Formats: sequence, C-alpha cells, structure tokens
Amino acid sequence: MAHGPATLADGWLKYISRWVFTTNHKDIGTLYLWFSFAMFIMGGAFAMVIRAELFQPGMQLIKPEFFNQMTTMHGLVMVFGAIMPAFVGLANWMIPMMIGAPDMALPRMNNLSFWILPFAFAILTSTLFMEGGGPNFGWTFYAPLSTTYAPDTVNYFIFGVHIMGASSIMGSINIIATVMNMRAPGMTYMKMPMFVWTWVITAFLLVAVMPVLAGAVTMMLMDINFGTSFFDAAGGGDPVLFQHIFWFFGHPEVYIIILPAFGVVSQIIPTFSRKPLFGYSSMVYATAAIAFLSFVVWAHHMFTVGMPIAGELYFMYATMLIAVPTGVKVFNWITTMYRGSLTFETPMLFSIAFVILFTFGGFTGMMLSIAAADMQYHDTYFVVAHFHYVMVAGAVFSGTAAVYYWLPKWCGKMYDETMGKLQFWIAFIGFNITFMPQHFLGLAGMPRRYADYGLQFADWNMVSSIGAFMYGGAQILFLYNVIRTIGWGKPTNDPQVWEGAEGLEWTLPTPAPYHTFATPPKLK
Amino acid sequence: MSTESTYYVPDQSKLPIIAATGMGVMAYGAASWVLEGGTATIFLLGSLLMAGVLYKWWSIVIDENMRGLASPQLKHSYVLGMLWFIFSEVMFFACFFGALFYVRVLVNSWIGGEAAVGWFDDTPTDAAAANAVHLWPGYETAWPPMITPDQAVNGDAAQFKGPDQNMSFPGWDRILHWLPLWNTLVLITSSFTVHIAHTALKDDNRKKFNIWLGITVALGIFFLFLQVEEYIEAYVHMGLTLESGIYGTTFFMLTGFHGMHVTLGTVMLLIQWIRGLKGHFTHDDQFGFEAASWYWHFVDVVWVGLFLFVYVLA
Repeated sequence: MAHGPATLADGWLKYISRWVFTTNHKDIGTLYLWFSFAMFIMGGAFAMVIRAELFQPGMQLIKPEFFNQMTTMHGLVMVFGAIMPAFVGLANWMIPMMIGAPDMALPRMNNLSFWILPFAFAILTSTLFMEGGGPNFGWTFYAPLSTTYAPDTVNYFIFGVHIMGASSIMGSINIIATVMNMRAPGMTYMKMPMFVWTWVITAFLLVAVMPVLAGAVTMMLMDINFGTSFFDAAGGGDPVLFQHIFWFFGHPEVYIIILPAFGVVSQIIPTFSRKPLFGYSSMVYATAAIAFLSFVVWAHHMFTVGMPIAGELYFMYATMLIAVPTGVKVFNWITTMYRGSLTFETPMLFSIAFVILFTFGGFTGMMLSIAAADMQYHDTYFVVAHFHYVMVAGAVFSGTAAVYYWLPKWCGKMYDETMGKLQFWIAFIGFNITFMPQHFLGLAGMPRRYADYGLQFADWNMVSSIGAFMYGGAQILFLYNVIRTIGWGKPTNDPQVWEGAEGLEWTLPTPAPYHTFATPPKLK
Repeated sequence: MSTESTYYVPDQSKLPIIAATGMGVMAYGAASWVLEGGTATIFLLGSLLMAGVLYKWWSIVIDENMRGLASPQLKHSYVLGMLWFIFSEVMFFACFFGALFYVRVLVNSWIGGEAAVGWFDDTPTDAAAANAVHLWPGYETAWPPMITPDQAVNGDAAQFKGPDQNMSFPGWDRILHWLPLWNTLVLITSSFTVHIAHTALKDDNRKKFNIWLGITVALGIFFLFLQVEEYIEAYVHMGLTLESGIYGTTFFMLTGFHGMHVTLGTVMLLIQWIRGLKGHFTHDDQFGFEAASWYWHFVDVVWVGLFLFVYVLA
C-alpha cells in the first residue's frame, strides 16, 4: 500500500474503482458524507414540495395522495438517508484519527455498510414511480395504514428498510470494535474525545434497536402477504403493538441522531473557547444515562392511543427524567464558554446556535412529555416544530458545523469564512422563520400531515413556507462553499488548523495523509 | 488496546460492492416476489450472487489468517464483531418475544373486556369494557385463544379462524409423544456435544473434535427434521397455520425464525467440520469454529425461552 490513492490523473476507471473498492476509512467517510448530502438535497426537495403546497390554503400544486408520499419520503430520507449516514461519515473520518488507529477495525465490512445504502435508497425512491405510488403512511408507518391500507409498493419499502438496517448494524459493530480494540496505547476510555464517546454509545443503541425495526417490518410483511394477525385485533393482535415496537426502536433512534451531534459540539465549543471541555466525565456519564433512558420512555409517543393510566404516568415521569442528563450537557457547554476567549468562526456559530435551539427544542419536548397536555399537542404542528428544532437545529446544524470544522483538515484548504457566516445567518434566520410559527399553528390546533388547512392558519403557514425556501437556499450556498473550498480554497498546512484545537487528529499533517497512524502513537 | 504490531488493513477489495449488489438484488427480488403474480427469479439470482461472494469472502479471510496476516489484535476485532452480531440477533428475538408477551398479557385481556393484570389496572378500563360490548362481543380471554375475536363475532364467516388444536403441554400421560420435549432434548444435547468438541480441539485431540462436532451437526439436522415434522402435523392434523389468529402467528414466527437460525447455525458448524477435516484450526487458533459454537449456544438459549413461553406456559 505504498502507493497513494488514485486520482483523476490516473484515469477515470482507476479513479472510480478507488471509491468503489476502497477499504480506507477516509475514502469511506467521504462517500458517506457525499451520499448523505445528496439525500439531504433530495429530502429537502420533498420538503420544498410540502411547503410550496402549504403556502396557501386549498390545493394548488399536487394531489393529496402525492402530498402524503412527500411527507413520508421526506421523513424517511432525512432520518435514514441524510442525518444518520452523515454522522457515520464523520465517525469514519474522525474516530481512527482521534484514537490513533490505522483504520477502522473491519475495513471491508466498512465498505459494504456504505454501498448497501445507494441500493436501499434506490429501491425506496423507485417506489415513487411505481403503480400505486411510494409509501404514503408517514415515516412512522403505523399499522394498519402501512399494512391493510398500504399501496403494494410497501413491500419494496420493507425490504429496503431491511438492508438499510443491515448496513447500520454492520457500521455500528465496526465502530464498537474500532473503539474497543484499536485505541493507541495510553488512550484509555476516559481520555477519548467526546465525539468518540458519543459515537460508541450511539453504535450500541443502533445494534440494539435496528433489529427491532427489522422485526417490525417483518411483522408488517407477514401481515400483508401471509395472513398473520400481529396488528389485527380480529385475529387477536393489536395495531397498538406496532406502535410499541416501532417506538421501542424509534425513541432510541432519535438519540442515535442527536448523540453524535452532541459529540461534535463538544469538540467544537472547547476549540473556539480555548478552554478544555467543562465536566468531561459528567458529559460521558450524561451521555450514557441518556442512552439508557432512551430504552424506557418509548410510549410517550403514544399518550393518546389509550394506555392504562399507570402507563401514562410512568412514561411521563420517565421521559421528564431525560431532562436531567441533558441539562448537565447544556450546562457544561455553556460553562465551557464561560470566561473563555471566544471567537466566532462558522463552526462555532453553528455550535452556539445548536446549544440555544436544541435547548429550545428540548423545552418543547418537556411540554409534550406532560401526558395531560399532550392530549392537546399530539399530532399537531407543535410536534412538527418540536422535532425539527432538535433534528434540524440539532443534528443538521451540528453536522454543518462539523463539516466546516474538519474540512480544512480533510482537504488542506480553508473555506471562505464570509460565505460560511452568510450561510449561517441565512440558515439560522430561515430555520426560525420556518419552524417557530409552527408552534403557534400547532397550539392553535393545526394537525400535521394534511395537504390542506383551515383559513385561520393561512398567515403563519405562508410565513413558514417563506422561511423554508430561505433555509433551502442556504443549503445551496453550503454546497457551493464546500465545492469551492475543495477546488479552489486557500491552501493551509498548519496541522492544528484552529488555534484552540486539541487532540490526536490535530497532530497529523494537514491535509490528513491517506494512511495515518500505521504505527500507533504513544500517549502520555 | 493496540500493541506495537501493525494491524492488517486489506488493500482495495471487490468483495463489498458485489455483496452490496447481491443484497440490493435480493431485496428488490423479494419485494417483487411477494407481489401478486411475482416470481422468485430475481431474488434467487441475488441469493446466488450473495452466496458466492460470502464463500469467496470467508475463503480470503481464512487464507489471510493462514498466511499469518491476522494479528492477535485483528482476531480480537473478529471476536468483537461476532459477539455484537449475536447481541443484535438477541434483540431481534427480543422483538418477537416482546410482541408475544404484550399480546398474551395485555391485549388478550383487553379484547375480552377484562383488566390486564392486577398491579397494572385491577378493573377493566372503559375501553376494554367497550371492546367486549361493541367490538368483540362473545370473545373470551384465553391463551392460547382457540377462537379468535373475529370468529367470536362472525362465526364461520370469519377471516381469522383459531386452530383446532394447539402445541401446549398435553399432560403427563402423553408427554413422551410431545415433540417439543424431544426437540428440547436434542438441542440441549447438541450444546454439550459442541462443547466437548471445543475442549477436544483445545487439547489438540483432532479425532475427538471431528467426531463430536460431527455429532453436533447431526443433532442440528435432526432437530430441523423434527421441526418440519411438527409443522406438518400442525398444518395437516391440528388446523394450526400462520393464519390461525395471533396464536398461529406468534407460534410460527417465533419457532420459524428460530428454525431459520438453527439452519444457519448448522451450516456454520458443518463448514467448520469440513474445515476441521481439512486440517484447519490449531489448539490456540480456532476462531471460525468458536464463532460458530457461540452462535450455536445462542440458538440453544433462544430455544429454551421458546420452550418455556411458547410451549410450556401456554
């Protein structure tokens, strides 16, 4: 492996086969990141269709059937195609460099985990062009909407989810094996960077719940095609069983999405505060506590389904408990910044916005956790606003911050700071214009997932749509800035890149060589 | 933790993309197969591709190990990989067991208009009471439910009909004719025989290893044979099918997935047996066999759970 990676100069065939046959964690990380960005654009386009239709009351652009497919595909593509692979991409790039490993533990399986995804999403999106249309039952695919009343194409959805899950499980096993087995001598668990910690806990969650999702779609498959009655009360089953299984997967899933985002922010804030992370060990324990709690709170998504009162109370209080470790994290981020010598480069701006807006989303989560109040909020735009504050201002902002933060390390070129900041402000303002009004709409009673709405909701919907187009535009700027940096950015070869950056990855040359830490570094 | 030795990072590999293609074709093929008028052709093509690439993949890994490329650290990665894979399998079964418990303990009572369990809600909720009056009048809570709620309301016109007989414990006088008991004995015995084989291999007693591993594989095949026998009996004589309401559903899905895992485990052990005959493994390097035996113990433990909750406590 003395030779470097193939470049375009070696000819197209060699260049393409480099990416297709690669076992290199950096190449695979790059593949994941570009794939997730492509999915982000596609899922974003679906969102634009939704917001365009909701710009005014009444039906203007699309049919309600297609609207349902758009909300479903937007959720599925963003969760499974954009956010999750983006963080897996970051994990691939950064974990070996952060713990002093030569590569991921199982490099060939690593490549397999990635290449399953294009197939899975090709299968999933191809349903949009099939007879009967794509999945139209919401990204949570509740039975019997997704069984008895589903289009025939649901079978493609089911098997697509199956191989996607296989990809996630393999990817997570790889991360766990890497972190447990590949740390450089002296890199004890409690010296690992927070990003590595959050990812290893996330990987554990994935290995634990992706099989449960596989079980849920298998039950659907059997109910649809083979006459079983898991979700049919006539045979003695229960549609609510689906919701229990789905949310047993689904609640840890939201932490799968947000924990790596916590990790990213925990790397960036200390750098630009020029102070070590405040309360490192409490951060680790808080992450573990959140992960544990995520397994025992799932039915707070189901308060209105008709649970016994004991269930409602238990899930309400258990859910509120999550605020404690999450509060610890927010406190630590703020305290890290306290009396630091702060500078506000683009990654830091996104990280600070993350802390503020994620906390806001957390508070609306607390409102939703109150079982009695949730009877009013359930399935309204309040819920939509809530989870977009944690998914977009949480996960996507932190992903964007991560790209700006590590891009110079990856390609040895500096991005355009002005354009980065411009993107941040457009995204920040656009995001809030989009989703803040949705709180009001929801509290006023506008239900989610409908193609039309009453006239009293018209004003805020128009505002929300304008914000959404703004936010969408910011992503084009993002894409442009990244391509411009890679192609024509100002070269830099300072290993540290950022003045306050600390950790093994910043001891490596910039840009990071193709193979790093072939012999493990020694830590004090 | 890392040592001074360098970790083997394979150069470019064509395996993953072929495997991913195989999986993609299988997924697409399976989805079009279950549609009305669908055929298995595409799915089988994908499976063939997948089987071929897995064979090649593991041949390469074995070959790398024999060429001494696999450092102790790399072997430890394989160990971790296998253990966490088994953990994911545990969670897959947990999903189906969870469904069984939920349906048995809660749903079954609620449909029948009863309170679930004393400490949970001691009087029937309004919803449960309404079930008994408006939705499923005449359905009586019972496990296994021999009459489905559908049947209780619609009689012979029902879509879901309960089984004529179930697989539960038939009483002490008929215990020797109870297939699940024999299945349990066979599978538990096989866990011991695979352990004997393991100890023999550690002692470098190749002959003993080959014999006892061979016996384990035979027991695995025998278990599967009994399982097929049981399914035939269920379908032909007991009126117990996938479509016999929630009892048939949970019974066949749990035992069926277990059976698929036994099949996989048997194939894994068979391959290790052939490798053993070819002279692979030494007393301190036997990961392929060990991984297969862990998997075997795992399917054994799942069976014990099945035997208790699907057969005995019914």
